[in-house]
Amino acid sequence: MAILQTKNLQHSYTKGIDFVYPDLHCNANQQLLILGESGKGKSTLLHLLGLILPIQQGSVSINGIETSQLNPSKAAAFRANNVGVIFQQHQFVKSLSVLDNILLANYYAKRSLDKNKVNQTADRLEISDLLHKKVYELSGGEMQRIGIARALQNEPKLLLADEPTSNLDDVNCERVYQLLADTAAEQKAALVIVTHDQRLKNKIANQIHL
Amino acid sequence: MLLKLVWNKIWHKRLSSFLCILLMGIGVAIISLVANLSKQLEGNFSKSISGIDMVVGAKGSPLQLILSSVFHIDAPTGNIPLSEVNNLKRNRLVKTLIPLSFGDNYRGYRIVGSELSLLKHYQAELNEGILFKDDLEVVLGSYTAKVLDLKIGDSFESSHGLDSEGETHEEKAYTVVGVLKPTNTVLDKLILSNLESIWHIHEHEGETHEHEDHEVTAALVKFRSPMGLMTIPRMVNENTSMQAALPSIEVNRLFQLFGTGIEIMKYLAYLIVIISGISVFISLFNSLKDQKNEKALMLTLGASRTKVFTQLLLEGLLLSFIGYFLGILLSKLALFSISKLLSETNFTEINIWQFGAVEIYLLAMALLIGIVSAALPALGIYKVNISETLSRE
Repeated sequence: MAILQTKNLQHSYTKGIDFVYPDLHCNANQQLLILGESGKGKSTLLHLLGLILPIQQGSVSINGIETSQLNPSKAAAFRANNVGVIFQQHQFVKSLSVLDNILLANYYAKRSLDKNKVNQTADRLEISDLLHKKVYELSGGEMQRIGIARALQNEPKLLLADEPTSNLDDVNCERVYQLLADTAAEQKAALVIVTHDQRLKNKIANQIHL
Repeated sequence: MLLKLVWNKIWHKRLSSFLCILLMGIGVAIISLVANLSKQLEGNFSKSISGIDMVVGAKGSPLQLILSSVFHIDAPTGNIPLSEVNNLKRNRLVKTLIPLSFGDNYRGYRIVGSELSLLKHYQAELNEGILFKDDLEVVLGSYTAKVLDLKIGDSFESSHGLDSEGETHEEKAYTVVGVLKPTNTVLDKLILSNLESIWHIHEHEGETHEHEDHEVTAALVKFRSPMGLMTIPRMVNENTSMQAALPSIEVNRLFQLFGTGIEIMKYLAYLIVIISGISVFISLFNSLKDQKNEKALMLTLGASRTKVFTQLLLEGLLLSFIGYFLGILLSKLALFSISKLLSETNFTEINIWQFGAVEIYLLAMALLIGIVSAALPALGIYKVNISETLSRE
């Protein structure tokens, strides 16, 4: 079943840069690698798929729902419940503990705060010891795993990862990719990785070059 | 989660939060303190002068005359002949006249010679014992009795002057015959006797006086009608060796003197409160600017802009509410120490736990300032471009 399906997706900025994207398709339990150099509109595409940018032209269907017609507040609610975004830069609420940062995903999606789910994911990602630390006490690698945990908290059907490996050495690149692939598979989610990192080329067969 | 978010944020930047709270606290404390003090002082002053239309005494400062004979906090202006006082008493416009004679003290507490009408004027009742009748019998105000630890039957020697260092009148001792119930008036801090006791004590200083040569210090006068107020003070000032002072006018004058200071204090306090509002504004403005990513993250996680706006508003509101609370606490603490200080003097009683319109008005002001100074920067959340913010390196 197609989790992600786009058609004729285009985006233009007022500055006169136009991006025309090839049609994308990704099923549940599948992975899609979107490769492209800087300036090819990778971030824009990711934001379009994550409903962070309003869709100007074309269509994006996620989990069978056509999203281009959703108004901003509906889009936000839809994103919160169906799309997990793993940010390139680690984004957290600095004043909260790691646990609360992960629970924020529940809170803003208007779901009940599910600590069991946090504990499960934390076990899986080996971050159980970190849950009660403050975010600024963590290393970059730890932050990334917590970002993944947060993206998984609402059990989304679509997992979007923005440059998850670009700052890592080969060993860690391999490790993070494996972590993403395994956790996505566990939840039967579609995993879409947007990156310029050529090392992932050999890992994911389903590829799109921008 | 909402409260946790707001509270953790406040705690996270505790220095700037502390500044907001402190400024609001000090502002609220000063306004509340000044308002309370001036209200209670005014209340106590007007209570003290109620029923006294005019005071006559030796010529000098009218304010001093009022302060010394009505409030018992200043030195008397001098003495006046009893004969002149009695002449005045016979005037048909005078309803009551209470002569006062004082100038001695016991351990700092004034001994006031008067008539029983003085006790009636202040509606004093005996707590125990009897009223003074014979010479050298005294009745104690409730506070005096407590502080001096004197009981019925005890006797003491008075000292000359109004502070406890004066020379003592050693030959003649007063005897306590009664103690009054608290009246919340100046009586509570006085020692009361008849007029003759005061003359009696001082007789050794000269030969025996003829009765008509006796002097008193002042007299409290109440008129039968407003006509008295129109004519008598003028008559006294022009035709006798005494001066007439009107308590209402002198107290007003006193408040005008205070008033300027109080006004300045109030404006200063309002300024501080406004600065507190500005510091909330700056704090939230900076946090919105520096932590735009955080806000964009919240929005990405599904928060509506209104929700994030509410969060920020609540932060400002909480800061100013804590500030208000601190301010009221500070003001009560200050009132408490001031009342401790003042209870040593005859000045005035202060009720610490009186909550009035000022406190409610201040709460409304604090919350309004919190809302406004938080809302202005928080409105910026409606302009945050999530995509742009997230992709900025």
